[in-house]
Amino acid sequence: MTIAKRRKKSLSEYSTGELVMYRFRKNKLAMFGVVLLCIVAVAVMLAPVLSSYEAVSQMHVSDRFTAPNKLYIFGTDEFGRDLFARVLYGGRISLLCSFAIIGIAFVVGAVIGGAAGYFGGKVDSVLMRFVDMLMAVPSTLLAMAIITALGNGVWKLVVALAISQIARFARIVRSAVLTLRNVEYIEAAKCYGCSSLRIILKHILPNGIGPIIVSATLCLGQTILSISSMGYLGLGVASPTPEWGTIISENKMNIQAYPYLGLIPGICICLTVMAVNFIGDGLRDAFDPRTKN
Amino acid sequence: MEKDNLLEISDLTVQYNTDDAVVHAVNHFNLNLVRGEARGLVGETGAGKTTLALSILRLLPERVGEVVGGSIRYNGEELLTLPEAEMLPLRGKKISMIFQDPMTSLNPTHTVGDQILEVLDLHFPEMTKAEKAARVDEMMTLVGIPPERKGSFPHEFSGGMKQRIVIAMALVAEPELLLADEPTTALDVTIQAQILELMRQLKEKFNTSVMLITHDLGVVAQFCDSVSVVYAGRVVESGPVEAVFERKANHPYTAGLFNCIPDLNDNQPRLRPIPGHMADPRVVHEGCCFADRCEFATDRCRKEPPVMHTCGDHGILCHLYENKEEF
Repeated sequence: MTIAKRRKKSLSEYSTGELVMYRFRKNKLAMFGVVLLCIVAVAVMLAPVLSSYEAVSQMHVSDRFTAPNKLYIFGTDEFGRDLFARVLYGGRISLLCSFAIIGIAFVVGAVIGGAAGYFGGKVDSVLMRFVDMLMAVPSTLLAMAIITALGNGVWKLVVALAISQIARFARIVRSAVLTLRNVEYIEAAKCYGCSSLRIILKHILPNGIGPIIVSATLCLGQTILSISSMGYLGLGVASPTPEWGTIISENKMNIQAYPYLGLIPGICICLTVMAVNFIGDGLRDAFDPRTKN
Repeated sequence: MEKDNLLEISDLTVQYNTDDAVVHAVNHFNLNLVRGEARGLVGETGAGKTTLALSILRLLPERVGEVVGGSIRYNGEELLTLPEAEMLPLRGKKISMIFQDPMTSLNPTHTVGDQILEVLDLHFPEMTKAEKAARVDEMMTLVGIPPERKGSFPHEFSGGMKQRIVIAMALVAEPELLLADEPTTALDVTIQAQILELMRQLKEKFNTSVMLITHDLGVVAQFCDSVSVVYAGRVVESGPVEAVFERKANHPYTAGLFNCIPDLNDNQPRLRPIPGHMADPRVVHEGCCFADRCEFATDRCRKEPPVMHTCGDHGILCHLYENKEEF
């Protein structure tokens, strides 16, 4: 807001970064995404206040399959466990793990793909053959193999799933860098003394970020689900520890009779993915100064 | 007579190693640039002019471009063997370059102010933020763009304005040497004149030496003190602009270039283009590289490479001038 006001006084006082922020804030859909994600994140963070950790696994046998009501806001499952508490605490694992997975995969993939695309030649060949190796194995199978090797645990799950996603990011970043590295303004940047790292970070990345961000946000929903499929296989987060995907899969026998058991965690996943997609689209547009607004 | 040479290129040979052939882009190139001088580099497309500029900055395409021999001395220091870490601070601060097409030589995602600022960020870490901002404003005013526009993005500017920004970026660090690679080719004639005038003013102000790469003899006459005519990666003629443009004695190739300019005072119904095509850079010539297109070529020209014959500062690489004392 303050920028919008001051901007009327002088158009030129702002750096590129500030203008990106300004354009992002003006994008209503993106701001809606931010608000939505904040609501989900705050609710999840306030889990101990809104509910208690005991409620996650406490079974109220007499209250099995209670539809949402005042006492159990989201209802209860087949063991009479409070779904509200499970969704809240489950969200902590889902959000944290999926963001961590995307984050790690993105950074490692970007470094590999960026170096391969920018330096080309032998560096490219070696790095991309490594990526091909990762791609040759189906990602679920790869994650399973890594988890089996590392042993069970939430953080090991994160590492395993992150590694299985590296290839995808490396490929996207590499192709973005390849199309941009021979552009004249990159040549010009070399001419006025930019180092390779600076060129990749400051000149290539902002220009090629669009497809990368879109792919990362789409990847998020998929990641939440793959955490749960790992859990279903008994790797990583296993029932009774709650996690959005796990909650859906442990209730899948009863979803037909009691749809709220699948709907509520499903909606949580949808809202999060949607929010992240809006933010991603907003970021992509904000980085491209040619979009109108 | 020892002159204060800023740049000495001697016997420089550059080749591109492609998959199917070796392309000899620059062959035994010699050039001395005196401090404060504006030197024109004229030649057809593919004569190796841009390759030369990129070799000076050591930015030849990796793996493909290779300097085979010769030396480039800048302020007496050999550039070809300088480690990359010492090349970085040279680029943009001591030697900077302007590219042909201003439409593509600015980064579309950064404001023009930020792009000028980046050069200062890179080379003057000791300056404060306010000093840098003031310098950017000053530079924009100098190139004739109101500093209020520094928050604009390149796509909001016209071609001429973009080229002004590119010039501001190239000169903001007050380099000693400016390599201008066809800076006006992509612009229309009125803007071309303005940009040349601007470059001339800034050159005087900062006492910058300029190497102006162009294929336009008119631009050379307007801007330069001296000129080197490049053909097939060699300097075939070089000298002060007055001596070369006098048209009393020229290399047959230079003469051919002059004949390609329409002359309103002349009743000649047609222009006289130089016959044939640019020499194939993949072939190593035994004799003179221009012999195939030269109307004066003799058997000797096809067998024996000519040497530079000089008269004062004016040099011509041609057998025809072998025994002439004065030209």
